[in-house]
Amino acid sequence: MNRRAMDMWVGLFVVIGFAAIVFLAMRVGNLTQVGARPGYILQAHFDNIGALKPQAPIRVAGVTVGKVESIQLNSKTYQADVKLKIEAAYHFPKDTIASVLTSGLLGEQYIGLDAGGDSEMLKESDTLMKANSAVVLEKLISQFLFSKASEGSPSTPGATK
Amino acid sequence: MMVVIRSGLERIGRGFFNILITLGFATRLLGAILKESGMCWRRFSMIRRELYFSGVLSLVLIAVSGLFVGMVLALQGYDVLKRYGSEAALGVLVSLSLVRELGPVVGGLLFASRAGSAITAEIGLMKATDQLAAMDMMAVSPIARIVAPRFWGGVLSMPLLTALFSMMGIIGGYLVGVKMIGIDEGAFWGQMQATIRFQADILNGLIKGFVFGIAIALTAVFEGYDAKATPEGVSAATTRTVVFSALAVLMLDFILTVFMFRGV
Repeated sequence: MNRRAMDMWVGLFVVIGFAAIVFLAMRVGNLTQVGARPGYILQAHFDNIGALKPQAPIRVAGVTVGKVESIQLNSKTYQADVKLKIEAAYHFPKDTIASVLTSGLLGEQYIGLDAGGDSEMLKESDTLMKANSAVVLEKLISQFLFSKASEGSPSTPGATK
Repeated sequence: MMVVIRSGLERIGRGFFNILITLGFATRLLGAILKESGMCWRRFSMIRRELYFSGVLSLVLIAVSGLFVGMVLALQGYDVLKRYGSEAALGVLVSLSLVRELGPVVGGLLFASRAGSAITAEIGLMKATDQLAAMDMMAVSPIARIVAPRFWGGVLSMPLLTALFSMMGIIGGYLVGVKMIGIDEGAFWGQMQATIRFQADILNGLIKGFVFGIAIALTAVFEGYDAKATPEGVSAATTRTVVFSALAVLMLDFILTVFMFRGV
């Protein structure tokens, strides 16, 4: 094998290797969308975030508009302070509501925003007025059981149906 | 009775000493390679030749194996995920297992048997035919001229081959998952992109590949350099290269995984 041909093959090998790394970074890891896109930060205080994790998507009507930047416990109010990074192209009214939702039965948790009707828009580092907690299955079941129990017991005739 | 116990203990002790001596020699060889690799980095055509023999000639093997591993992963993963109604997570399953584990590990095992054994056989045969001794005689360091370029060729090839293996595997998973089974294409890529993080998953996978490359290349050149200068010695050394690099890859993988992904 002469030298030029060998150089060509090694060059091709390096090109293919780096193309694979770029493919992994762009197509699989989605590196372009993580930090590169400009956006602004909103804050929301949740009583319970369930299994929400940083980098979880923020969706409006099913469309991803940002990512959860960070989650911290506020040591005064004992609420979860969640920082939401919204892409700069999207703006939402002042009375937008955030809720922790689950995609599918066993799926990942994400934050859903319900846009309100206010004419004023949220700006950088504003706080959302209302944040709905994640549904905790145990609480839901116990509520259901309690209501069933009070419904079924004859000793409490005043119980409402 | 005492004699039996004593001879048994002596054998264990001797085996232990031999392992220590081998490890020490390997460490010394690594030091010598690092010290004397200035020449091959200055004359890069030496490393380029080894990149051809270990990298380019492994390309097809790595690409085809990756493709099939990804395709099998998709089939098996679909079978399990279907039971929980979360077929859309197939992209995550395929890409996460490939990028984190299978790319570096299976790529490393293939690389050890394809390129590592060839390096050992080459160096061992040079030793058996007294070429290394002749070089020494002519004041050409065999470490700088023969061992170091092969070592660096292997170390540089491995991360690229790891990335190629993962990419081909994900393409294979895409072909089976989306084209054959018919999972929604948007969900396949979208969930993958939402889950895989560049630094935590992809970069750590490439670091694994790099570390495995060092382990495999060092094992290969060491076994060749250490081989008995006979035909049997060379064949035994080639076998040892494949066995020890496979063990080293799997053990290092456990250690690296503990450090990289414990908190995740």
